[in-house]
Amino acid sequence: MRYQLIGVNHKSAPLEVREKLAISESRLPDCCRDLTAYPGIEEGMIISTCNRVEMITHTNNGSADLRGFLHDHFQLKPEDLDAHLYEFREKDAVRHVFRVAASLDSMVVGEAQILGQVKEAYATARAVGAVRGQLDQLFTRAFAVAKRVRTETAVGSSSVSIASVAVELAKKIFGTLQGKNVFIVGAGKMSELAARHLMAHGCASIFVANRTYERAIGLAQRFNGQAIKFEDLYNSCDKADIVITSTGSPHAIFRREHGEQFLARRKNKPMFFIDIAVPRDVSPEMAKLDGIFAYDIDDLQQAVSSHVADRRKEAELAEAIISSEVENFKARFEARLHTLDVVPTIVSLQDHLETIRQAEIDRVRGRMGALTPEQEMAVEALTRGIINKVMHTPITTLKTAARESEATTVIDVVRRLFNLHDKEKGSSSQANRECEGKNEAQTRR
Amino acid sequence: MSLLWLRFALACYFIGLIYAFFALRRTSDLFSRIALHAASLGMVFHFVSLVELFLSDHVVWASVHNGESLLAFFSMTFFMIIYAIYKTTSPGVVVFPIVFFLTFVAAVDEQPVLLTSFVQHKGWLVAHIILIFTGYAALMLSFGASLLYLVQERRLKTKKPSSLISFLPALEVIDQIGYRSLLLGFPFMTLGLITGSVVAMSAYGHVDFTDPKIFLSILMWVVYMIMVFTRWNSGWRGRRAAVLATCAFVAAIVAWAANYFSTIHRFAS
Repeated sequence: MRYQLIGVNHKSAPLEVREKLAISESRLPDCCRDLTAYPGIEEGMIISTCNRVEMITHTNNGSADLRGFLHDHFQLKPEDLDAHLYEFREKDAVRHVFRVAASLDSMVVGEAQILGQVKEAYATARAVGAVRGQLDQLFTRAFAVAKRVRTETAVGSSSVSIASVAVELAKKIFGTLQGKNVFIVGAGKMSELAARHLMAHGCASIFVANRTYERAIGLAQRFNGQAIKFEDLYNSCDKADIVITSTGSPHAIFRREHGEQFLARRKNKPMFFIDIAVPRDVSPEMAKLDGIFAYDIDDLQQAVSSHVADRRKEAELAEAIISSEVENFKARFEARLHTLDVVPTIVSLQDHLETIRQAEIDRVRGRMGALTPEQEMAVEALTRGIINKVMHTPITTLKTAARESEATTVIDVVRRLFNLHDKEKGSSSQANRECEGKNEAQTRR
Repeated sequence: MSLLWLRFALACYFIGLIYAFFALRRTSDLFSRIALHAASLGMVFHFVSLVELFLSDHVVWASVHNGESLLAFFSMTFFMIIYAIYKTTSPGVVVFPIVFFLTFVAAVDEQPVLLTSFVQHKGWLVAHIILIFTGYAALMLSFGASLLYLVQERRLKTKKPSSLISFLPALEVIDQIGYRSLLLGFPFMTLGLITGSVVAMSAYGHVDFTDPKIFLSILMWVVYMIMVFTRWNSGWRGRRAAVLATCAFVAAIVAWAANYFSTIHRFAS
């Protein structure tokens, strides 16, 4: 297990630091490639959300200079960054990945969005070939663990989330949300969720502005709302009482002068900005204006902190699950490591017997002439059945032996018994998986 | 006897006063319910006290102290109306201390100071007193609401988690309370001043604008009007509204204090 992980999250680093490390969706594939190209790294994956930026890797020798990668890639000085970084290796890295996927490390413990975000990051990294065997296994397991935590504990059951906190805050400002207008700037999943909550509490209408107008139309249609061209944003934003903004803009899109314009047009009626973008979309200067209430992602975290206690108990239960899963993963990993030695022999054995089977069928066919499809199937099933039965014991013996010291002896015996050659030695993990698949099928039969 | 009832009322308002001291820091449903019931009971005593006073033979009800008692009663009435509409006791934070103070002053001693007996139009005088005190009470409440608005705005701006669980009503509700009180108080205040002028005219034959009482009353009315106008025209809220409300409130207090040195509004001959 040469897993190594480095990153920052909402606890370790303030928003200002996370902003510098944030990687947009479009840049993520390139960044994954850069990561895997870095010396000492075999596989790499990057999770970049508004609350965390993490690099999860599988290394050549168990210690790659991930800090060096961050300094080089983001051109940051070590003194600015290092104090905020956390780094995990091997078992601890596995535990951390499990905790992140199960939403135990989230700002709002138990919120469901993080799993989706991790899955997306995984898909992106996989698509560019940055995730292969080792990280693949880790994350496949992490998703299963997350599911287990969700079903076996109540950690995600209560409705506390950024979205519901946003609703609570909006109610503290406006009293009732009946008849209030919502403006979504930047069509993202989180803003959509927040908007859905607000609409469920009685907000009247919704406006959507997005740089890609088509996406704005799509989202607006889902809410029966109105799509606004991004160029018209500043002219129409004052219609909204609540603005949810989550654009990928590197600079604040709402500045003081915009706030002043809005307030003048609204006769100073208050406006509530829910800024879930990292970097922030609402400038701190604008947030100071009387009548503008802007909450960024960190402020929302503060607001939810009072609810966190309710979930602590369930989270303890979830932590216990994670611990046992980490041990399981480690045990499986080690078992798999040993099985790897016997895999080539099993594959050779299967190939060897399959060749014999095909040869025999061809011989019989020549003698019996054409067979009906039913007869073909019957012959196929019969021969396969015999082969599987014959192979069952040697394969089981090989697998059992793999975990013990006599592995080499047994491998040697089987090879000599069946006259197997060494051509498959060193086969890839792909072969390994195929083999496991075949074995499972065989066991089922 | 009237004074005795008033002192009972004072004791009840005292509970409200304690509530006002703690309410901003701690939220307690039970405490706010107790304060509300105490205040209601206080109002009953207060009402009895006022009725007794009104029915008494002497024209004592126009004394300064009875005026204070009447103002306290109107303020409580407003507070209760707001409670009925918005189900919030938070304006009590401002109203209770003022009401307690007014009732306290009125209840400490029997003040024999009588209104000058030359007023011929008693109906106008009664109208003047009731209208102007209703105006005062509304202004006071609006002032209180603008202070609460500042507190709530500050809480939401500093983004403390406690702002979610604070007992204060939503910002817009506080704003509405303030604005509606302001709107409601304005006609009362205006009519109160007009009836006051009528009383003065009938007593003196003219209105002396250089008299501090009259001058300050008009000044207060002007500030009040500016407040209503800016609010209606540009929706001033928060800090600016609070500054204006404070100005109007201070003007009102000064106008009230002018009773003590004005020649016109002298209660004793």
